[in-house]
Amino acid sequence: MVTKPVKYRLRNKALTVGLHAGLGVFSLFTLLPFLWMIGASFMASGEASTFPPKLIPNHFTLEQYHLLFSRLNILRYFLNSTVLALGVTFISLLVNSMAGFAFAKFKFPGKNQLFAFLLSSMIIPGQVTMLPVFLLLKKLGLLNSYFGIILPGMASIFGIFLIRQYMVGIPDSLIDAARVDGASDFFIYWRIILPLARPVLVTLALFTFMGTWNDFLWPLIVMTREEMYTLPVALAILMGEHAPDPELMMAGAVITIIPIILVFLFLQKYYIQGILIGGVKE
Amino acid sequence: MRSRTSTAYFFLAPAFLTLLIFFFLPVTASFLMSLTDFDIYSIADFSNARFIGLRNYLHLLNDPLFWKAVLNTVYFVVVAGPLSILTALLAALALNSPRLRWKYFFRLALFLPVITTLVAVAIMWRYLYHPRFGLINYLLLQVGLNPIDWLGDPHWAMPALIFLATWKNFGYLMMIFLAGLQAIPDYLYDAAKIDGANWWRQQIHITLPQLAPTTVFVGIITAIGYFQLFAEPYVMTQGGPLNATLSIVLYLYQQGFRWWQMGYSASIAFVLFIMILAIAFIQNKIRKRYGNETR
Repeated sequence: MVTKPVKYRLRNKALTVGLHAGLGVFSLFTLLPFLWMIGASFMASGEASTFPPKLIPNHFTLEQYHLLFSRLNILRYFLNSTVLALGVTFISLLVNSMAGFAFAKFKFPGKNQLFAFLLSSMIIPGQVTMLPVFLLLKKLGLLNSYFGIILPGMASIFGIFLIRQYMVGIPDSLIDAARVDGASDFFIYWRIILPLARPVLVTLALFTFMGTWNDFLWPLIVMTREEMYTLPVALAILMGEHAPDPELMMAGAVITIIPIILVFLFLQKYYIQGILIGGVKE
Repeated sequence: MRSRTSTAYFFLAPAFLTLLIFFFLPVTASFLMSLTDFDIYSIADFSNARFIGLRNYLHLLNDPLFWKAVLNTVYFVVVAGPLSILTALLAALALNSPRLRWKYFFRLALFLPVITTLVAVAIMWRYLYHPRFGLINYLLLQVGLNPIDWLGDPHWAMPALIFLATWKNFGYLMMIFLAGLQAIPDYLYDAAKIDGANWWRQQIHITLPQLAPTTVFVGIITAIGYFQLFAEPYVMTQGGPLNATLSIVLYLYQQGFRWWQMGYSASIAFVLFIMILAIAFIQNKIRKRYGNETR
């Protein structure tokens, strides 16, 4: 009678320890590559190409970062990425929230059909539109300009959907009360709806910023002049010449992912909500 | 509910025009392009392109490189998909355990690869896979296994991309599973415990069936995403060795933007689209079946 609880408690303890050990190994599996990346970025040239591999440099040096900024123009790529990510984020937030507002709070002929049509066309992969959009931008002379990425990114069906789902939940009585007070539709959108929709706006902003910052295929196609590269494009092109320099490439990788990690850490609550709204969709 | 149509159209206009110009018209244009021999001469002057009917699609059927790309992509989807989902499910079950402390840390650690830039981590993995100096072969040696020429051996290059993709993406699916787990009502487990069901039986008879809709959803987004494999082979292998990692989108990119065979490239894009539609269709069937049984 006495042994059973003791045995149970021991088993319980073992399970708890096992769980933490398992997750510890698991976390090491996701984190170890990053530790190596950061370590290698502070190594002198050649130090990361030795056996056995090491995580901590013998002599901590900023040589690689210095080279990236002084000779390899990385500041320019960083600015390009920043301007594009912020530009697409702000403009698309405005455009998508306006459309989301129309779908959530107005009645107009064909509304439900249009919304259903938009949703069903989300299945079309972006690669289908790449070739004609490239040719269009070329005709307009917008290749190798910020517009080549900002214009096609101004509206997204996912963004409209996300905002619409949230705005449907904002009570109509607020809008009606404002209207009784003589508020215009634009005033209602700008001063009442947008402030109330702040959480979903932050979520969408975060998704858009990270998506644009991390994007590769489209910038690779549109930005062919060196001074217009974004960070991912620059890294991929640098790799052609600097493949034998892991220390340098890792410093470039660190510069590329640090901003995105910082943004995520500050706003992760909103990011996770976004995943869940996306997940509830089906 | 306001019913003033013109105001609604005013708010819709910017999004609608953008989608029309940069999405819906290009989809149509792309299909028309796929019926022409649009090439580098047509870029200078569109009138150089000639209508050739379905010849691009027929050509695709006889293009061994295209078939190679399709098989490679299917291999990638069929292995990396279930591997990512299984890893995500295990991680979510562990994170959801009431025994767990430092939940915040573990969740962040497992999620970190998801948010990072794919190109940057693909370059990092290229070095981790280095046959002589890479961390992965070093770890293999430590446990007594032979080193592998990951990216140089046609048999290992695709598995190398699969590990990278699993590492990078499982965290996203894990979050969706976590939400699914938290939505399962406690009383189901309480009832099972009263009936004497142990942990394993609870997982098999409660957790897994309850997660079925989530799993179907996760399956579809994973399959669609993985079908568009591009940056990993572009950065790590350029489709090699011996085209072992040539994917559909990489082939589309090479045909369209390296050789400027844009008509041909457009036909590849439409075949990709049809494959993705097929997956969505199958997923819909599965979901309907589940819907009939469990609701």
